[in-house]
Amino acid sequence: MIIEQLSVFLENRSGRLHEVFEILGKANINVSACSMADTSEFGILRLIPSDPAGAREILKNNLFSVNVSEVISFAAPNSPGALSKALKILADANIGIEYLYGFSPGDKSFIVLRPDDAQKAVEEFQKHEMELISASDLYKF
Amino acid sequence: MKISIWNRHFETMPREQMKAVQSERLREVVERVYYNVPYYRAKMQEQGIGPEHIQSLDDLQKLPFTTKQDLRDNYPFGLFALPMSEIIRLHASSGTTGRPTVVGYSRRDIAVWSEVMARTLTAAGVSNKDFIQIAYGYGLFTGGLGLHYGGEKVGASVIPISGGNTRKQLQLMNDFGSTVLACTPSYASYLAEAIDESDIRREDLKLRVGIFGAEPWTDNMRKEIEKKLKIKAFDIYGLSEIIGPGVSFDCEYQNGLHINEDHFIPEIIDPETLEPLQEGELGELVFTTVTKEGLPIIRYRTRDLTRLHYETCKCGRTLVRMEKCTGRSDDMLIIRGVNLFPSQIESVLLEMDETTPHYLLVVDRINNLDTLELHVEVEDRFYQDKISELQNLGKKIKHQIESTIGLSVNVKLVEPKTIERSEGKAKRVIDKRTLK
Repeated sequence: MIIEQLSVFLENRSGRLHEVFEILGKANINVSACSMADTSEFGILRLIPSDPAGAREILKNNLFSVNVSEVISFAAPNSPGALSKALKILADANIGIEYLYGFSPGDKSFIVLRPDDAQKAVEEFQKHEMELISASDLYKF
Repeated sequence: MKISIWNRHFETMPREQMKAVQSERLREVVERVYYNVPYYRAKMQEQGIGPEHIQSLDDLQKLPFTTKQDLRDNYPFGLFALPMSEIIRLHASSGTTGRPTVVGYSRRDIAVWSEVMARTLTAAGVSNKDFIQIAYGYGLFTGGLGLHYGGEKVGASVIPISGGNTRKQLQLMNDFGSTVLACTPSYASYLAEAIDESDIRREDLKLRVGIFGAEPWTDNMRKEIEKKLKIKAFDIYGLSEIIGPGVSFDCEYQNGLHINEDHFIPEIIDPETLEPLQEGELGELVFTTVTKEGLPIIRYRTRDLTRLHYETCKCGRTLVRMEKCTGRSDDMLIIRGVNLFPSQIESVLLEMDETTPHYLLVVDRINNLDTLELHVEVEDRFYQDKISELQNLGKKIKHQIESTIGLSVNVKLVEPKTIERSEGKAKRVIDKRTLK
């Protein structure tokens, strides 16, 4: 249930983000989810590619600094309080959250989350029968 | 361990005997410049001295200094001491800041050059069994040909590939089995990265020795290159005004560079007062070339800052040793009144595991205040997903630099391989203040 996410170091230069997606597109690698964090000096692009090892290789060959981290993804009803319920599970288990990103296209909300202990977070969510999304599910979307 | 010395007679000569040799040769060179170079005659007459006042080494300080500007003022051949019919070679500096400086060699000067380079290579353990790949530029720059003559003199198989064309460098290094690489340290570092990224496996290469010089580099950079290339790296020092490479060289103990002082007499002076300094004191290095015929040069101010040590080296050589140059009296940056040598920044970065030696210093003046910005590459192996950790890295570098140089600096993290790699001399500083 743990998903490999790539994060790419980017300087604040126009066109740089476009280059990453152009490289991945040409290599026929799909991106299922992404988020961009920025500071005044640099940015970090986080993305979940259909082929994490291949994406990493090709980005490194194009001289990007790339790091792999473990994230989890889950679905929750698109209704008030649903995310709060999910987060409480982690809080009660004393699992920290580095960051999360997500959106709600219809009945459901989809969240990608980086806990400080991914394995433990998966176990807690399974215990509480949360709807976890596996890497293979994610690539199908 | 057997220590190879090319010219045991001169390289291990007792100090008193060396002084006698130097005194004799100094008398000769002063006569030659006095009678053959109008510029020197006029300058000596101005100071009320003639050849008769220079009897021994102790009289050296009576002589006037020569600077790069003097060479430019006498462009192109004004300081030559031989008629052009006796000059068989001309080299010139790049001359980025004005006229190039031109140097001329007689047939005997080329022989002396080969001799001092043979000493240099022998001290690095190079012999007729070696293949030496010379990736210094051939041409007006003295690097390529200087190494070339030394390589031939010791009988090595010389590969005169010259600088650049990295793909070809790697191919020949692999196919010819080069055992010695001669180039600038920044290009060596660049080649190490290129080997990593190529299909060539390090264990298939026969490389064991590096002969690096022509730009300042630190001991830490040496360790870094030795680790990356799995070789022993030797420092060489030289400047075209004196002869080119071969002025001084590392022995296997790497405890300072031995100066070929039977040809080039060194002094250390205070760059402000021009007074001579004692052994072990930091100051500007000055050379008098006592055997040169084409362009003998008296008390040439190198602008390089170093110290001299006269005790006999563990290798048995008595030749005086100079420390690695810590900077240049004219490359020194003055930031908000504080003296700064780019090599200081480099040392700090190399001491931190998280950064590469690739950096760029950008100096600017904003609202009448000097600003210092340091660009450092974020290498893949220490890149982190967390913003806080990257910011901590930036802060750590900033803190280390500030506590070392005593100046505030803005650290900018940049993507790997975005700072220009040079195939010649590294450009480490952009001083925008001078462009205004």
